Amino acid sequence: MQQLADYLLAEGFLSGLPKSVGYVLVVAFFAFVLLNFIMLVAGVTSWLERRVWARIQSRVGPNRVGPQGVIQWLADGIKSVLKEDIVPEAADKPLFKGAPYLAMIGFFGAWACVPFGDGLIVADLNVGVLYITAVTGLVVVGILMAGWSSNNKWALLGGIRSAAQIVSYEIPAAIAINTVILLTGTLSMQGIIKAQGWAPWNWFLFDNPFTFVAFFIFFVALLAEGNRTPFDLPEAESELVAGAFTEYSGLRSLLFFLVEWGNLYIIGALCTTLFLGGWQVPAFTDNAFVQGVLQMITFFLKSYFLVFVAMWIRATLPRVRVDQLMSLCWKYLVPIAFVNLLGAMLWVVAFPHGNIVMRLAMFGFGVVVTIYFFSRVASHLRRARPEMTWNPIS
Amino acid sequence: MNADAIDLDVRRETSRGLETEEMTLNMGPQHPSTHGVLRFVVKADGEVMRRAIPDIGYLHRSIEKIAEKVGYHGFMPYTDRVDYVSAMQCNQGWAMACEKLAGIEVPRKGEYCRVIACEFGRLASHLLSVGATGMDIGAVTPFTHAIREREYINDILEELCGARLTFNYMRIGGCAWDLPPGFVGRAVKFLDRFEPLIDEYNELISFNKIYVERLANVAVVSREMAIAWNLVGPNLRGSGVKYDVRKDAPYSVYPEFEFDVPVGTGERGTLGDSYDRYMVRMREMEESCKILRQALAGVPEGPVVAKVARMFKPPAGEVYVRVEASRGDMGWFVVSDGSAFPYRVHIRTGSFAAMAIIEELSKGLMIADLVAVIATLDIVAPEVDR
Repeated sequence: MQQLADYLLAEGFLSGLPKSVGYVLVVAFFAFVLLNFIMLVAGVTSWLERRVWARIQSRVGPNRVGPQGVIQWLADGIKSVLKEDIVPEAADKPLFKGAPYLAMIGFFGAWACVPFGDGLIVADLNVGVLYITAVTGLVVVGILMAGWSSNNKWALLGGIRSAAQIVSYEIPAAIAINTVILLTGTLSMQGIIKAQGWAPWNWFLFDNPFTFVAFFIFFVALLAEGNRTPFDLPEAESELVAGAFTEYSGLRSLLFFLVEWGNLYIIGALCTTLFLGGWQVPAFTDNAFVQGVLQMITFFLKSYFLVFVAMWIRATLPRVRVDQLMSLCWKYLVPIAFVNLLGAMLWVVAFPHGNIVMRLAMFGFGVVVTIYFFSRVASHLRRARPEMTWNPIS
Repeated sequence: MNADAIDLDVRRETSRGLETEEMTLNMGPQHPSTHGVLRFVVKADGEVMRRAIPDIGYLHRSIEKIAEKVGYHGFMPYTDRVDYVSAMQCNQGWAMACEKLAGIEVPRKGEYCRVIACEFGRLASHLLSVGATGMDIGAVTPFTHAIREREYINDILEELCGARLTFNYMRIGGCAWDLPPGFVGRAVKFLDRFEPLIDEYNELISFNKIYVERLANVAVVSREMAIAWNLVGPNLRGSGVKYDVRKDAPYSVYPEFEFDVPVGTGERGTLGDSYDRYMVRMREMEESCKILRQALAGVPEGPVVAKVARMFKPPAGEVYVRVEASRGDMGWFVVSDGSAFPYRVHIRTGSFAAMAIIEELSKGLMIADLVAVIATLDIVAPEVDR
């Protein structure tokens, strides 16, 4: 980005402006583009979630606004903006009003380091992964602030739950990230993706047994950090009404939902980057533009697959209790992640350049597990619904 | 002891060196998981409840008093509102009480129609209960699947009496309408479809690890406690007491049917925990299907309603009849003074007893458990208040 700014200042249409003004303009332009892009992604994710959820629950879901209801999120957004913004009389007003924006900043910042393609990244920081984990921590501050300032006991419980949950689950997530960093030696998002290949057996997911375990720890921990079922305790609607967001209405409540759905995509994007080979595609053409589009499509497909898995989990699983949440984290995930990290260290010492046999074996294992899973699903379906036939568009 | 002294007492007990303040939470009457308009005053220490004090009366419609004003026939639609989730058994309770007062014999076909209607009502009620349990625990999908089946049952009951929720199907001396043409075939077809779905439902949610963890060993009601607190129906059977009015004080034509009374076994935790109560309802649905199949196969010919005078004036006296409603032993106490209006009606319902035990059960549970307890005790607000 800096090169671009320098280029524009030197010979582009920004020439003549002071350097600082030019930089600010370039950053503001990128922020604007990114913000709109985020809205689009979060909106489409929300539509997808509602449709997937409806399909699983044998409902129809939103299907009126646009083809298949695909711009339902736009209508919802307009509706929310037009709603009255209610601030409770007894609320701590500055904190109450500021909380959604703080959460928004935390989540917005993370997008600067999401690599959509080779070069399609706003800022390829050399501490990319660390930056994302740090900046998403701001979301919890926003939620805690919302819970505290609402002057509502349900909201307070939700905020406290959220804080405890996110702080706890950062630890297994960070350790799982370390497993990958051991292999790459870099924190840069692009560096991590370039250390992998397009073929599934070159992904870090199948690199060795330890990264395989680390992926699942990471995914579970991210679900908890993103307040997704089975860890959606901060807004558990059957217990805490709407948790930390109970008192919010209109645009502010919309911002929280935006963060939630945007975060869902970030979960997918992070897992894709770290474990699923990111945007890596085979070199089909020399055309950089076509190749870039292919990379972007690959990245979106992979990350939306994980997003779909998260939706699927949300539609199937009940919610854990607070004590079970904590014991899962501290008694199981953290020790397993530590042992796993130790194992990964030994693996890196033993095979500094990886072991292709183990990669293929792990890939084969993954395929076998997938086939076993789907055969079980099919046998369950055959038993319970003898009349059902395979028809995906029915 | 005044209130402050009690508060201090609790504080000393919980502190162990650290002074913590008790938080009073108001749960309901507008809360997503207090089915209807229940209210609990929750005294909590963080996430752990000290006590949840039930506060009833938000849905009181003085149904018992209305009975004294509308007469015997006219009260039938009001009985639907006693427990609007499974109104058929309330209909039956009132009809049976009146018939016992006046010594009316119900035709055999009328009894069969009643059993068919009641068992479909029980299926519908239990489906709502287990679905809502899933939703209170946080799994939303089971609810929609349960409600989908409940809608089919409502279709069947609509064929029978034209209503989907408040049926007003029964009359003193029998039922209002005969089975419509082709009803038996459609009902059996539904059962053929529904029975495998119970297994599917079990696989979907009942054996789910998180679900079991959330319900097993939570709010354990021991055998003795269940009897002492006067729990009835699935809640009592969940504690391992094999007592079902249909078996132990038979009424209608229930003795003619083969069915089991499922009881809690403590299969995933302690005997009498929330999971047992939940599973008893799942198993009872299978038993209801069994009864329905037998009843549908053996519907006799004849009238469905006995001849009862328009101006129904039973002789003076009092009766107490019991039916096994979806929420357990439902008692109808009717006093007649020989006039066209009952002198006094009292209804004894299962949810009321279940509501009372919550204060005892809630001690030391998490706030999240309270919704599980309400759901597995299957408390329906109109039945508590009447």
